[in-house]
Amino acid sequence: MEAVRFENVKYSYREDGKEYAVNGVTLSIEEGQFVAVLGRNGSGKSTLAKLINALLIPSAGSVKVLGMDTSDSKKTFEIRKNAGMVFQNPDNQTVASIVEDDVAFGPENIGLAREEIGKRIDFALNAVGMQAFRTATPSRLSGGQKQRIAIAGVLAIKPRIMILDESTAMLDPKGRREVMDVIKKLNREEKMTVILITHFMEEALEADRAIVMHRGEVVMDAAPEEIFSRSDELEMYNLTLPRAAAICKRLQNAGLPIKNAFNAEELAEELCELLQKA
Amino acid sequence: MRIVAKGLTYVYNPKSPFPAKALKGVDLTIEEGEFFGIIGHTGSGKSTFVQHLNALLKLSDGYLKIGEYDLADKKCNFLELRSKVGMVFQYPEYQLFAETVEKDVEFGLKNFKKDLKDEERAAAVKEALQTVGLDYRAVKDKSPFELSGGQKRRVAIAGVIVTKPEVLILDEPAAGLDPLGKKELMELLHSIHGGWCKTIIIVSHDMDEIAENCTNAAVFSDGKVALQGKPSEIFSHTEELLSLGLDLPVTAKCAKLLKERGIVLKTDCICEDFVEKVLALYNAEKGGDADAQ
Repeated sequence: MEAVRFENVKYSYREDGKEYAVNGVTLSIEEGQFVAVLGRNGSGKSTLAKLINALLIPSAGSVKVLGMDTSDSKKTFEIRKNAGMVFQNPDNQTVASIVEDDVAFGPENIGLAREEIGKRIDFALNAVGMQAFRTATPSRLSGGQKQRIAIAGVLAIKPRIMILDESTAMLDPKGRREVMDVIKKLNREEKMTVILITHFMEEALEADRAIVMHRGEVVMDAAPEEIFSRSDELEMYNLTLPRAAAICKRLQNAGLPIKNAFNAEELAEELCELLQKA
Repeated sequence: MRIVAKGLTYVYNPKSPFPAKALKGVDLTIEEGEFFGIIGHTGSGKSTFVQHLNALLKLSDGYLKIGEYDLADKKCNFLELRSKVGMVFQYPEYQLFAETVEKDVEFGLKNFKKDLKDEERAAAVKEALQTVGLDYRAVKDKSPFELSGGQKRRVAIAGVIVTKPEVLILDEPAAGLDPLGKKELMELLHSIHGGWCKTIIIVSHDMDEIAENCTNAAVFSDGKVALQGKPSEIFSHTEELLSLGLDLPVTAKCAKLLKERGIVLKTDCICEDFVEKVLALYNAEKGGDADAQ
């Protein structure tokens, strides 16, 4: 089934309708896909995300989420129940002073029964590996832990689509790893559709598909490895390669006969083979 | 100004039910002229440490001297110290407040250098905005909130460097910027380093950034300095770093994996050097083979 469908979508923040932040995007995301969205600051990534869960309604064109049109205000509630969003700053996404109350906020709002809410909290905290912190105070947790609680809060309403808007940007490497592991597990085990907006090229490598935005348009759409093989094009959109891939490229340019490598492990593998053969 | 810390200790909420010992005896010397990196995972004490350097946190126990300023001395001129040690916080754009860019940038100057004439102040603001790569005339009367994320951060940095601090401390300066924004920011820091800004200290989670840019670095862990030295030395302690929950730069990770397979690559962890060393090794082995034939 199609999770998200964009049909020639335009969006302008201005009343006169000039300067489109999203300018003619047509896009289809299948259910269960893990899609990374890349692009410079101001390229329209966050606008794209907000169009998915009806925080923004297109100025032109249409956005359908699981077949529901976001411009139909009767469907807004159902769309938001199915497309959960996690934002950048962990401190801005906490509503309660105890972890379990915070996670219960979503289920309470969709009017679930008390016992069901309890089950949802268990499920959500379990999924992000934070059961031990059920009665902890969010403000005393680390950034990675807080962000996992924010994800749990979204999970508790059991959305079929999760959108993460630079949700790892403020975390340290360990926190980032924790959040990425949770996202990948949800995608793999719960078949959740994941849309991950990020500036970390290394994170995009973990997705099935990467989309590059530039001036409001989708300019590249392919498997991450393919995107990162087209480095000249990426440069045009002011993006860089993952570091290992950049080093690999320099070695290739210097004449080393090695295949494309995208992370340190692959690069080491290539070099090992080459140097042992030589 | 040389920075010398000895036995620096700091406790948050000391007389409450939740005392938290953030620093447990930090010994660290940062020489004038360095581009210094501070590494450590969340809660390791690095932010607490840097906040001592311009007396945002008062010294509670230990010894700290910044140039001639002795921070243990109650008569120390903190106002003067703060004009010489600039601090750029994490996500500094959240601290923009004035109606126009010009007013925001001149705020520090108005507080630190009260006797400046209007035209001198305007000239200083202009210079600071130019230094961070913004067009003074185009942005001075704009609201800082109209600008893009990258521009906002530049304005915030201009507001700190407008007093030309000799020591500039930046907490995660590149966090949240896109790859090109990161690169431009590091270039900006290098362009001011060595002029009026003698010492730069950056706190960063990005090991590649530390490896590529810093002359020296220190790793904080559990309120103490666990490792210090040149980035290449620090990143040769791979096991120790991994056990502290820290990452390695890609170059060091790759060198470690090669070493496990019996290929020794001595690299200082900078991309450039790594590429050169690999090429040298390849050519040597290929040449060696040719000789053997």
